Amino acid sequence: MPAQIPADSVGIISPKIQRFDKPLTLRSGRVLESYELIYETYGELNADASNAILICHALSGDHHAAGYHSMDDKRPGWWDTCIGPGKAIDTTKFFVVCLNNLGGCSGSTGPTSINPETGKAYGPDFPIVAVRDWVRSQKRLADFLNIQQWAAVVGGSLGGMQVLRWSIQYPERLRHALVIASAPKLSAQNIAFNEVARQAISKDPDFHNGRYMDHGVVPKAGLSQARMLGHLTYMSGDAMKEKFGRDLKADELSFSFTPEFQVESYLHYQGQKFSTQFDANTYMLMTKALDYFDPTIDHDGDLVKCLSQAQCKFFVASFTTDWRFAPERSEEIVNALMQADKDVSYACIESENGHDAFLLPIPRYLDVFSAYMGRVEADIPASSTRTQTGESS
Amino acid sequence: MSQALNNLRPDLSIIQHWVKPNSEVLDLGCGEGELLSYLKAEKGVRGYGLEINPDKITQCIKNGINVIEQNLDAGLANFKDNSIDTVIMAQALQAVQSPDVLVDEMLRIGNQAIVTFPNFGYWRTRLYLLLKGRMPMSESLPYNWYDTPNIHLCTFKDFEQLCHSKGIRILNKTVVDDQHNEHWSIGLWPSMLGETAVYHISR
Repeated sequence: MPAQIPADSVGIISPKIQRFDKPLTLRSGRVLESYELIYETYGELNADASNAILICHALSGDHHAAGYHSMDDKRPGWWDTCIGPGKAIDTTKFFVVCLNNLGGCSGSTGPTSINPETGKAYGPDFPIVAVRDWVRSQKRLADFLNIQQWAAVVGGSLGGMQVLRWSIQYPERLRHALVIASAPKLSAQNIAFNEVARQAISKDPDFHNGRYMDHGVVPKAGLSQARMLGHLTYMSGDAMKEKFGRDLKADELSFSFTPEFQVESYLHYQGQKFSTQFDANTYMLMTKALDYFDPTIDHDGDLVKCLSQAQCKFFVASFTTDWRFAPERSEEIVNALMQADKDVSYACIESENGHDAFLLPIPRYLDVFSAYMGRVEADIPASSTRTQTGESS
Repeated sequence: MSQALNNLRPDLSIIQHWVKPNSEVLDLGCGEGELLSYLKAEKGVRGYGLEINPDKITQCIKNGINVIEQNLDAGLANFKDNSIDTVIMAQALQAVQSPDVLVDEMLRIGNQAIVTFPNFGYWRTRLYLLLKGRMPMSESLPYNWYDTPNIHLCTFKDFEQLCHSKGIRILNKTVVDDQHNEHWSIGLWPSMLGETAVYHISR
């Protein structure tokens, strides 16, 4: 689709796959004997591997954060607005790594992968992974890439939860944590939205208790509904009013139940597109990881105590009209970090784009994000030797 | 160190004397983080600045300062009692909704507080009102009455009256003139000759 690759793009990118044969014991107690992670990298790793940035993806994201896979691509990677030469995460300065999380459906081991025990796809038998399991697998990828300490770990939404987890699980393995449009844990309202989405999927007759692949079908209607619900909660009322208002597709009302308003048509399009691209079991599993996330669970529910373990510096950002991950939720993180005497900066960015804002090129967002990445760059040691630290699992 | 001190705004260079080395500071309306930068570099002070101006927040981040986007008018309930050594508010008292509540809050959170504000009793201000019969405007008060952010202007005497009524102790006070100098002559008649008031207070 791009007639030519834009100058500020990382260009044509080829993902890599790395296999891990060391068993991974999950939070649930179940064990993944072996697994593969698909990832992309942008920029050059410096001699002492001190300029590496890890990008953690959100619910429906993947390893393709920036650039294009081919000249036929309609769109670049999901965070292309922020990753590239001269962008907030400047690939002329940093080596950027982004992987598809375990349980995903874009190339890392997940429900659509073959279960070595049965020779068939895992489907619903793929274990429910937790955020801490993702972080542990990401740390193994860091070990493989010989990255002893990330210059920064960065993520939005569910990605931000992984960043928080990194800061307390491997505190010595990152210098900066950038937590964007996220929360220390989901609210009851958020869990409720996720459950409605899961119900839409699981009640689809084509779901077959998650074994739809055996039946050669896909629960498209359910997945589409789940995405429509999710999508509308990522937008603000104002943004929807601005974008669609009460505009009709036709000139007059048809007095039927077919989609007539532009907003309906848009949601249907988004839902249908997603239902052909994303795996239903992955969606079920990723929303569970979101629901389960609560890093304070090992610390008497005390976020200050929990974040006291962190050694890195923090940047937290939220968006004014984001009601799914509201500014107040980011401020819980900020207040806990201040009480724990951690270095933290916080920006609440004016935007009408709801939760989606964290993916959009909002000038103030890009300014403050770039400014913080300047600090990340300033903290890259001139040249140093660091001691290697082992994994606790 | 002296060069860094010379570059600091005069009211800020006075403030820094009252901040203990290696202590923790909260700077309300921290601007671009000039004071915190100085205190961090020269006195090993840790702390946070609160600011609402987006460009200033970005500049604080560039300056390596911990800055939190927070509106002082929305309160400081997120800070615990006696959690900070010194709470500072430079040239913001006159622009907040409830200066009296904020001064209480500063001394709830901090063991001590430092406040600076423009003295509305400064001779030029008095003369302006007397001769022109209009709300005074000057280099430090450049706004019209209808668009000024300075909604709670006061004089030294007003502020001391507030402290007195709340049982707040004034540990130190000083004034700077329109050249922002601490000049001996101001001491003769501070409430008239001082343009900016600098108060060091505690419970």
